[in-house]
Amino acid sequence: MDMRVRADDCTICGICVAECLFDAIKMGDEGPKFNESCTFCGACIEACPTGAIYQAEERGDAAEPAASTAPHDGKARHQGVWVFAEQHNGKLAGVVMELLGEGRRLADRLGQPLGCVLLGDGVEQLSHELMEYGADQVYLAMDPQLESYRDDLYAQVIEHIVSKYRPTIFLLGGTANGRSLAPRVATRLRTGLTADCTGFDLDEEGNLLQTRPAFGGNLMATIRCPNHRPQMATVRPKVFEAAARQPDRRGEEIVVDLPSLNPWVRIIEIVEESAIGPNLAEADIVVAGGRGLGSPDKLRLVEDLAKALGGAVGASRAVVDAGWIGYPHQVGQTGRTVAPKLYIACGISGAIQHLVGMQSADVIVAINKDPDAPIFSVATYCIIGEVEEVIPALIQEIKNRNRA
Amino acid sequence: MDYFLTEEQQMIKELAARIADERIRPVAAELDEREEFPWELMKVLGESDLFAVWVPEEYGGLGGGVFEQALVVEELSRACSGVAVSYAASGLGSFPILLFGSEEQKARYMPDIASGKRLAAFALTEANAGSDVSSIATTAIEDGDEYVLNGTKQWITNGGEADIYTVIAVTDKSKGARGASAFIVEKGTPGLSFGKKEKKLGIRASSTREVIFEDCRIPKENLLGREGMGFIIAMKTFDKTRPGIGAQAVGIAQGALDEAVQYARQRVQFDQPISSFQGIQFMLADMATQVEAARALVYSVARLVDSGARDVSRAAAMAKLFASDVAMQVTVDAVQILGGYGYMREYPVEKMMRDAKITQIYEGTNQIQRSIIALDLIKEAARKGK
Amino acid sequence: MHIVVCVKQVPDPSQARIDRDTGLVIREGVDKITNPFDLYALEEAIRLKESFGGQVTAISMGPPAAKEVLKDAIAMGVDSGILLSDRQFAGADTLATSYTLAQAIRKLGDVALIICGKQAADGDTAQVGPGLAANLDFSHVTQVRKIRQLNSTETVVERLTDTGYEVLGLRLPAVITVVKEINEPRLPGLRGMMRAKKAEIPLWDSQVLDVDPKRVGLNGSPTQVWRTFEPARHQKGEMLVGSPSEQAALLLDRLRSL
Repeated sequence: MDMRVRADDCTICGICVAECLFDAIKMGDEGPKFNESCTFCGACIEACPTGAIYQAEERGDAAEPAASTAPHDGKARHQGVWVFAEQHNGKLAGVVMELLGEGRRLADRLGQPLGCVLLGDGVEQLSHELMEYGADQVYLAMDPQLESYRDDLYAQVIEHIVSKYRPTIFLLGGTANGRSLAPRVATRLRTGLTADCTGFDLDEEGNLLQTRPAFGGNLMATIRCPNHRPQMATVRPKVFEAAARQPDRRGEEIVVDLPSLNPWVRIIEIVEESAIGPNLAEADIVVAGGRGLGSPDKLRLVEDLAKALGGAVGASRAVVDAGWIGYPHQVGQTGRTVAPKLYIACGISGAIQHLVGMQSADVIVAINKDPDAPIFSVATYCIIGEVEEVIPALIQEIKNRNRA
Repeated sequence: MDYFLTEEQQMIKELAARIADERIRPVAAELDEREEFPWELMKVLGESDLFAVWVPEEYGGLGGGVFEQALVVEELSRACSGVAVSYAASGLGSFPILLFGSEEQKARYMPDIASGKRLAAFALTEANAGSDVSSIATTAIEDGDEYVLNGTKQWITNGGEADIYTVIAVTDKSKGARGASAFIVEKGTPGLSFGKKEKKLGIRASSTREVIFEDCRIPKENLLGREGMGFIIAMKTFDKTRPGIGAQAVGIAQGALDEAVQYARQRVQFDQPISSFQGIQFMLADMATQVEAARALVYSVARLVDSGARDVSRAAAMAKLFASDVAMQVTVDAVQILGGYGYMREYPVEKMMRDAKITQIYEGTNQIQRSIIALDLIKEAARKGK
Repeated sequence: MHIVVCVKQVPDPSQARIDRDTGLVIREGVDKITNPFDLYALEEAIRLKESFGGQVTAISMGPPAAKEVLKDAIAMGVDSGILLSDRQFAGADTLATSYTLAQAIRKLGDVALIICGKQAADGDTAQVGPGLAANLDFSHVTQVRKIRQLNSTETVVERLTDTGYEVLGLRLPAVITVVKEINEPRLPGLRGMMRAKKAEIPLWDSQVLDVDPKRVGLNGSPTQVWRTFEPARHQKGEMLVGSPSEQAALLLDRLRSL
């Protein structure tokens, strides 16, 4: 009797090592190694997520696949940079193109293909779009049950696909859905996950260097996941440049077989709420108001300026807590993180919790009457003055120039 | 300074301070501006068990006394004394019941007061009976199983908001001050109504209204103590609550001092923070010393009152008198240190100055306090001289 | 119903100050508090208990001093607290943390609902909630802004999405993470504080929890901090001076290049 491993299926995830009650398994570079403590209890066979472990009756069992005896490098069997193609109602989320842009760069440096995981129902047309944005392979999982994002089935399907095809890097957008899905999948695969990355690089061994802001953006931390694959990360939207679309670029479409699905969520209703103006997280321009406006009616000025610029309306926690505007508009640590091209802070003093949520904007304009307001320390352009005078002047000037 | 608080007292002080800093200070200016009764904050104080601190355990309280209540009032007053007085007035309205109520009366009213579910108020002052309590005109005439109340009480803190009113009314006109009695009247009783809300200089979050009785019939068992005890009930109640006014004054003064120190460290003139000027330093030093002296007196008197000592009127008057004068002086000085900014509503000290003034006036003007102290001194000397 | 709330002790974010010379966060002298997001989780659990009965247990993983956040939770109204503390647990990333917490939930046995804050204010990863669910094979939903219904087999919740919200029925046992919109956390009451002062907080170490040493702490953490560095310092902003209309014109001149 002997324990064997199908090397092609083994992801060296280490689950068998952890599950073994007799400390009989050591993880080698090429997969699990069983020592004399093994009682052949089969717990590892049960536990292995990819079904790579099996029991052979005697050494040299003829049934054993030839491949498993071939020498291999565990990590090297993980190939490809993958991106999760989040879609809503048949439209790709904006961050997907950014993931493809960065994913392409990493894939080229590794000399490996760029893959994309697409789940949905009747969204095949998106796989061409993904290819035009740079995907070499699209792993397509179509099912009526997968029409809308849902934690349960999406996690199960993705865990299955990732276990089967073994990418070395797997990136997901740091959206509400991505940040719910990624930790579930990573935990199931027992691999590392870095949240909300804003920069990537590769070390000399080809490990992904994942950089993210820590301590409210005052420190950057670079994280590695050297011994587990895939290396997973969620990526902050609006940080990376979107891939350019190359019309008629083609790739390979792989329709994957679905695992048996075990639903635990019942979708009762999906509601799109229209906030005032464009979506805050996706907007290129955000005009935000704070306590310095003085009174709730002055927030109208902020809305007017946002409208004149075609931007979204944001707000500091103070004015949301005071009930001047709804929570969907709150920018900052307890609200939304935005990284628009232009952020105009009106009457916002700039508490650190607010700065965390907006300081990666390309250009920051601060309008405040208090010259010592911390917001000025992160601003590109500083206007010291009364908000109620400066904003109407700005709106007037915009109108003048539009007319000209 | 260390006032050797028990673990429980320390806890009370810290919780009240937390509520003041987290919940009250952020809305204090707005409450003042809008003259809005702080019901939400009353709910927070109730949920935090702070209305229970002066109520005995058998009536749903935590078994503390005047000192515990003073700790709460002081901390709340640092942030907004309009809120603090709304809280304290429930104590003022409840002490007549605690001191002179029957078992039934205490069991019926105190648990709801202790939980903050119902607020209490004390209705004594009238248009022509301010310092001169003996000239009250509201009457309570016995009629079968009921008393019939007629008259108008003026400037009643928590008026209209409170559910439980302890009312002083005349039952026997011929006996002057000895003809007054105390009653419990519940909101909703036919014949009980409220006048307009007064516009005030300070403590504008609190509600101050007329309480009007028009053939207001209450059951006989709502009489507190016996007929004719009204005046003594009022005086014994003030002995319990005057240290609370002192605590309110200490809190206001401490709040103003804190603002002044902070401002002086930040404000730069002639290339240096104004805290480096001796003129400012001396002002701050005097303010701090006065505040600490007032606190020491208020705490000592509150503990004296809680000890069950007799004849605490002089001490209670001293605590109220000294602390309220300190509050007035310190808030005026704080406005001075903040200069033009201090005069503006954007900064909190002008409100503190407005709020401080009432502590020299209500629950007996400071002139009345001085009378009480002086008369007690003379009485004592006369006794010793015998 | 037994509800568990996972809480974390974090440095008070409102005290975060930046050293003007180094640009780094000053950590000395900063108070440790309950992760602000966890307060919403505690409040929601206490409200559920008040409506439906049952018991609420707060669990935290951290050094012995983290007992304080569990005492604060008891002061707010939860029934008991358990601290997972062992030197072996130190250095855990979110995978190791969620495994360790999951072992504690397994040991409790009868847990129907776990409520977590949306994320920790110091790490901001939002990964432990879903990770905990994956470890336990519980269902999970993140960013809950309202619990509409709860019975012994299902809870119906509103989940905040990037564009609105979803109404989801979730099979129990489940893990939910909540956003601040869900409620207004109460302050502790004096009675609660007195109860908390007396409360014993059991300390569960690796022995009690029966954890696999290879899956906790640094050993069980696949991610490693490789290096930290200061973000590129912001250049000093340009001051636009003049009358409001001059300031407006100057700004638009500069923004035109965008």
